[in-house]
Amino acid sequence: MSVIYIVLPLALIVVAIAVGAYVWAARSGQFDDTKTPAIRPLIDDDEVRRED
Amino acid sequence: MSVADAPGVRAKEVVLCTHCGLDVPAALAEQKPAFCCSGCRMAYTVLHDAGLERYYDMPERRGLAVSASGRAFEEFDHEAFHLLWVRRREDGQLETELYLEGVHCASCVWLVERTPLAVPGVSAAELDLSRGIVRLTWSPESTTLSSAARFLDTLGYRPHPFRGQRADALRRKEDREALVMIGVAGAISMNVMLAAVAIYSGWGPGGMDAAYMRYFRWISMVLSVPTMIWPARPFYRGALSSWRARAFHMDVPIAIAITGAFVHGVVNTFRDAGPIYFDGVTTLVFLLLCGRFLQTRAQRAAVDSAELLHALSPSIARVIENGEVREVPSEALVPGMIIEVRHGDALAGDGVVVEGRSEIDKALLTGESVPQLVSPGDEVFAGTINRGPTLHVRIESAGETTRVGQILREVERSASRRAPVVRTADALAGRFVGVVLGLAALTLWRWWSVDPARAVDHTIALMIATCPCALALATPLAITVAIGRAARRGILVKGGDALEALAKPGIMLLDKTGTLTEGRTSLAEWEGDDVRAEVLALERHSSHPIAAGFVAAWPGVTPAECADVRSTIGGGLEGRAAGRDVIVGAPAFVLARAADPRGLASRGSGGAHTPVLVAVDGAVVARAAFRDAVRADAPEALAALRSQGWTLQLLSGDDPAVVASVGEQLGFAPQDRRGGASPEDKLTAVEALSGKGTVVMVGDGVNDAAAIARATVGVGVKGGAEACLAAADVFLSTPGLAPLVALTQGATRTLGIIRLGIMISILYNLLGVVLAFQGLINPLVAAVMMPTSSITVVWIAWRGRTFEEARP
Repeated sequence: MSVIYIVLPLALIVVAIAVGAYVWAARSGQFDDTKTPAIRPLIDDDEVRRED
Repeated sequence: MSVADAPGVRAKEVVLCTHCGLDVPAALAEQKPAFCCSGCRMAYTVLHDAGLERYYDMPERRGLAVSASGRAFEEFDHEAFHLLWVRRREDGQLETELYLEGVHCASCVWLVERTPLAVPGVSAAELDLSRGIVRLTWSPESTTLSSAARFLDTLGYRPHPFRGQRADALRRKEDREALVMIGVAGAISMNVMLAAVAIYSGWGPGGMDAAYMRYFRWISMVLSVPTMIWPARPFYRGALSSWRARAFHMDVPIAIAITGAFVHGVVNTFRDAGPIYFDGVTTLVFLLLCGRFLQTRAQRAAVDSAELLHALSPSIARVIENGEVREVPSEALVPGMIIEVRHGDALAGDGVVVEGRSEIDKALLTGESVPQLVSPGDEVFAGTINRGPTLHVRIESAGETTRVGQILREVERSASRRAPVVRTADALAGRFVGVVLGLAALTLWRWWSVDPARAVDHTIALMIATCPCALALATPLAITVAIGRAARRGILVKGGDALEALAKPGIMLLDKTGTLTEGRTSLAEWEGDDVRAEVLALERHSSHPIAAGFVAAWPGVTPAECADVRSTIGGGLEGRAAGRDVIVGAPAFVLARAADPRGLASRGSGGAHTPVLVAVDGAVVARAAFRDAVRADAPEALAALRSQGWTLQLLSGDDPAVVASVGEQLGFAPQDRRGGASPEDKLTAVEALSGKGTVVMVGDGVNDAAAIARATVGVGVKGGAEACLAAADVFLSTPGLAPLVALTQGATRTLGIIRLGIMISILYNLLGVVLAFQGLINPLVAAVMMPTSSITVVWIAWRGRTFEEARP
C-alpha cells in the first residue's frame, strides 16, 4: 500500500498539468464563443470560385 | 405530414419557396410543395426524411424573407467613422466590428464568413453567432469597408457600427478570468472529494492505518490551499465591502463559513485530531462560483441591449456640398448643413425644410399613424421618415441634441437610474448573519463547559451547516432557467428583476398603435359602386398608408389600366383609369373637384375612422373608411390580464377620438384611456405612477422608449422601433398580446419556484442548526447534507413549470 505515497503525488502532477492546460485555454479565448466554432467544421472548405 | 400537404406558402399570387421563403420562379410555381431551387428541395427532403418538419415551425424562421436595404454605406468610408470605430493592425490592415441584423443560424455563419471570397481585399470575416457581431479585416489599398458592408447587406444582414467595442474587450477578460476560477475550483474540489472518500471509508474499527489517514488529511489540506487563496477571493472581497458598507448580504455568511471551516481544518490537521471540512469548503466555493457565473450571464443581455441602442440609431445622412450629394455619418453633421432626404429616408437631425413639399411620418416620435404635411419653413425632427418626394433640410441640431437623441439619452439614464431590485435572497442573507453568529455563540457557550475542543468543533459544524449555499443558488438558478424557457417561447427577458416585478400585479400602461392594434391601416368600410379596379389602378402608385390599405384589402382585384396619376400631398390622387377620370382622397379634396349627388360624404360612423371618397367622372360614387384594426387576441388577453389583478390603462400618441373608440371597444373606462400623449407626456405619466407599486409599460415605438425605460418593467412588442426594444426589459418576439399573458403567468410561477427553493434551503439550514446544536453533525453528515440541499434546489428550479413550451 505504501506505493500510494508515490502514486498520489504523481496523479496530482497530472491534474496540475490538466488544470494548467485549461487555464491556458480559457485565458487565450478558447471559450469566448462556444457556438460558432462548433459549426465551422460543417462548412466545406473547398473555396467556391466567384461566379462572375 | 405528407409531402402533398406541406406548407407551400401562397401570398398575393406569388408562390414562396417552402424551404427558404423566397419567390419561386413562375416555371416552378405549379409543383407542390414549391421550391425556388434544387438546393432547397434537397434540404426539404432531408429534413422531411429525418422527420424534422418542425424546423418549419421554429420561431427563428418567421419573417425570414431576405431584404437588402440597397444603401451605399458611403459613410463607412468617412474619416469620422474610421476615427471612431476602425483600428489599424500591425500589418497595415484595418479591422473593425460590425453588428449584423438577422444573424441566427449555421448557414448565416457560412454566408458571412464567405465575405473574403466575394469581396477581394477583405482578408477575414469572423462571425460571433450568439451576438451577431462580425469582425472584418481588410487592406485599405485594395478595398473599402463600404463594399464589404454592401455585400453583407445584399445577403440580408444589415450592418451597423458596433459601438460597444471597448467595453466588450474588458468584459471578455472578466469572463475568461471567471471561467479560469471555476475550472480551478472545480478540479480542486473533485480531487479533495476523492481524498475524502478514502477518509470516510477508512473510518471506524478495522479501518485505515493512522499513518494513511494522516497522509490523506494532509493531501486534502495542501489541495485546498489554492482554492482558498484564489477562486474564493470574490467572496472575501464581497464580504469586506459589505462589512464596510454595513449592508450585509450573502457574501458575509459564506466568507465566515469557509474561512472558519478552513482554519479549523488546518488546526485539526496539524493537531492530527478532530474533523476537517476541506471537501465541503472546496465544493461550496465551486458551486457558488458556478451560480455567480450563470447569474452574470443572464444579466449580460441587459448590457448588450444598451449597446444595441447605439448601434441602431440613425447612422447616415446625405449632405449637399457645392451642389454635390455625399453620404456622411450622422456624427459628422453640424448645424447649418443642408441635407437631402429622399423618399423613405429617416432624418438624421432636427432641422427646417428649405426646399420641397412632402409628407413626414412621425410615427416613431409621436405614434401618429397618418403622415403630416410639411413645406419650406416647417420644423422636422430626427428619426421621422419622409413618405413623399425629396426634401432639402437645413440642420439645426444633430446627434445627442436632437429630440430623438434626448429621448434616447433619457432611455439610457432611466436604465442606469433604476435601482437594482434587492434580491429576496440577499435581503434574507442580511438577517441571516446575525442569527448565525448568535447561534454559533450559543453553541460555543453550551458546549464549553462540557469540553472546549468539542465546543469549537460543534460551532464550526454549525457555521458550515448554516452556510446559505442552497439559498445562494436558488434565486439565480430559477431565474436563469425561466429566462431560457421564456426565450424558447419567443419572450426575451433581459434580467431577473423584471420577472420578480412582473409577479406582483400592478398598473399596466398599454400603447395603442402596434400594441393593441395591428399597426397597419386597413379598410374598415366600403360602400357605393364597384370601382375597385379603378381605385387600385391609382393607389398602387402611391406609398401612402391609405394606399397600402387599399392594396392589402383587395388582393384578388386586378387593377385597371391607368395614366396621368397626379398626387396631391395631404389630399389624394387623381388620374385616368379604364378611360374614366378617377379621384380618390380625403373628403375635402374630392368634394372640391366633384359633386356628391348621393350625399355619400355625410354618411359613415366618423370618429375612429379615416374617411376616403372616390369620384368617377365628376361624381362621388363610393365611400371608404380606414382604421387600424384591433388585434384578434386583444380582448381575450386583456381579460386574462385583468383577472390576474392588473389594472390596465391605455396611453397613446394617436388622435384622442380614435383612442376613445378603441378603448371603449376593449373595455377601458374613460379615465383609463388617454390619447394625444407626446413621448414626454408618456414619461410623465409613468413617473406619476411610480412608487405606487409595479408599473409596466407596453409599447413599440421610440415615442414609448423613455416611458418603457422609466417603468418598473418595460415591455417591447414585436415590430417595434429598435430604440424601444433596446430600452425594454422584456421583448415579445411573437406578434399579438398572448405572449404578454404568458409572461405575467410565467413570472408569477417563477417567483413561486424561487420562494419554494428559498424555503427548502432554509429548512435544510434549520435542520443543520438543530443537529449541530446537539453536537450530532460530523464532517460526513455535513458533506452529505450540503450537496443534497443544493441538488434539491437545483432540481426544483429545473423541474418547475414556469414558461411552458409553446405547442405548435
